[in-house]
Amino acid sequence: MAEMIFPADLKYTREHEWIRVEGNVGTVGITAFAQDQLGDVVFVELPPVGTEVKAGQQFGTVESVKTVSDLFAPVSGKVIEVNTALEKSPELVNQDPYGQGWMIKIELSNPAELDALLDAAAYQAFLKEGH
Amino acid sequence: MSGQPRSVEPLIFEISRPGKRAYSLPRLDVPAAPVEELIPAEYRREKPPELPEVAEVELVRHFTRLSRLNHGVDVDFYPLGSCTMKYNPKINEEVARLPGFAHTHPLQPEETVQGNLELLWNLERWLCEVTGMDRMTFQPAAGAHGELTGILLVRAYHRRRGETQRNKILVPDSSHGTNPATAAMAGFEVVTIPSDRQGNVDLERLKAALGPDTAALMMTNPSTLGLFDTNIEEVARLVHEAGGLLYYDGANLNALLGYARPGDMGFDVVHLNLHKTFSTPHGGGGPGGGPVGVKKELVPFLPVPVVEKAPDGRFYLDWDRPQSIGKVRSFYGNFGVAVRAYAYILAHGGEGLKAVAEHAVLNANYIQARLKDYYDLPYDRRCMHETVLSAKTLKETTGIKTLDVAKRLLDEGIHPPTIYFPLIVEEAIMIEPTETESKETLDRFIDAMIRIYHEAHQEPEKVKAAPVRTPVGRLDEALAARRPDIRWRRDEG
Repeated sequence: MAEMIFPADLKYTREHEWIRVEGNVGTVGITAFAQDQLGDVVFVELPPVGTEVKAGQQFGTVESVKTVSDLFAPVSGKVIEVNTALEKSPELVNQDPYGQGWMIKIELSNPAELDALLDAAAYQAFLKEGH
Repeated sequence: MSGQPRSVEPLIFEISRPGKRAYSLPRLDVPAAPVEELIPAEYRREKPPELPEVAEVELVRHFTRLSRLNHGVDVDFYPLGSCTMKYNPKINEEVARLPGFAHTHPLQPEETVQGNLELLWNLERWLCEVTGMDRMTFQPAAGAHGELTGILLVRAYHRRRGETQRNKILVPDSSHGTNPATAAMAGFEVVTIPSDRQGNVDLERLKAALGPDTAALMMTNPSTLGLFDTNIEEVARLVHEAGGLLYYDGANLNALLGYARPGDMGFDVVHLNLHKTFSTPHGGGGPGGGPVGVKKELVPFLPVPVVEKAPDGRFYLDWDRPQSIGKVRSFYGNFGVAVRAYAYILAHGGEGLKAVAEHAVLNANYIQARLKDYYDLPYDRRCMHETVLSAKTLKETTGIKTLDVAKRLLDEGIHPPTIYFPLIVEEAIMIEPTETESKETLDRFIDAMIRIYHEAHQEPEKVKAAPVRTPVGRLDEALAARRPDIRWRRDEG
């Protein structure tokens, strides 16, 4: 796990999603740890633009050769963009989880929810506990 | 790491040559009528279909060779966890093929199929006795179908009582994926309950999740960890106090036959997998059977028809059930599967069924005891009919993953166990030997697992390259899933 990167400018969930906040918009994806655990991602199901998501609730699914996992929204708000490139190239989630493998952009309805998320150090400590 | 295919059987289209035939018809002895006169133009093909053209001997050899690439319980060990791949005694097949069973038509008058109805009536009573339920339907064609039927019964029960606010179904995090899928399909919201450190349902988290919106808790006991939930009576009490029902996923009933009954633990609805516990063929060799049993409060909602016995001893199908959820399948389910289960139960008797459970549990514990020094045992408890090990430490020390271990087992002629399930165990290896395997077979499997463990430390490359003795090597599963190539086209062939 030493080689895995957890950028310091992101916030993390205990369900292994990350969020990068710029202004009132958060970009969401899954962490390097999550994609490593899943193995080769073969399908990503994302909600349509305009969907209202709630913090901690499912917004989509990710399917790998091993398993299917739910994706959980780190914060509440409206989906204003989804990464349509993942339809044809789900492998981007494995290759570039914090970049081209992003999944949705959420217009935050309650930015205070960000305080409940983990920073990079806390997330790594959480992983060390064996999650 | 995609290995080159070693001896791939060509597609039948690839051995096709124009003009070859696998049949010859006798001379036409009636006047020939042009197809234009017989079939209206809009239903006629413009071009003949592109069917493969081969001689009979080529046809037979092609499919015989394909059949030899198969792995099944009749070929070798098949310890696929939670699937109960036990050997299916051949007498079941013989009985199911008796003309009185095999050649009946589902629309025959009742008086001409009294024996068939009697069989269903008896089997229902036997399975109710095994599970502690009051009545049962044989309509569902498989386990997941049984789950959906069972949850529709739960929904009908709450609706009848006017409790339409009960829109949540709880499932433990160790549950089969079909449980939450069933709940979602039946229109419920799914709430996952974590397991505690013993692998039981976490009682505090369960209490917190229960409420006036709880429709049911779906449980497999023993769970997919192969562990019996020792708090089951407390779980049942809590769910019932909240006004919910308890649903039993019968996938793992093999462990309990004759020793414990879901009905006595407090379960209200049970589905069975006849193709697991009662030795009828699985999947492609199926079809399956997923009977659903219920306690008396839910009997009015059972699918129609149900088999009844008149005071004069005559059997009949009762369609007059106004509260029934209706039909969930054509006719009465997969009748031939019921015949096989009937034969199996008759052959074993009560003591024999208890012995099934005893040997299933003994075999799993033997494997667990012999392998736990090599593979991690995340829940170190006496297991039931299956044991869940993990290659977590092996992966950390050697880089050899559960997937590699599974692939290497193929070289031993053994079907790998279920892997990466249950989801709460990292690098999970879920082994269910079943009662039908001898100590010699178990030892051969265990020795292979130990050999792979040592190989992982000494020659990891060999394990990563496995399998090498199968018709094809390691396939690119990701590419196959991302860009499936499953259709032959003439221009590409």
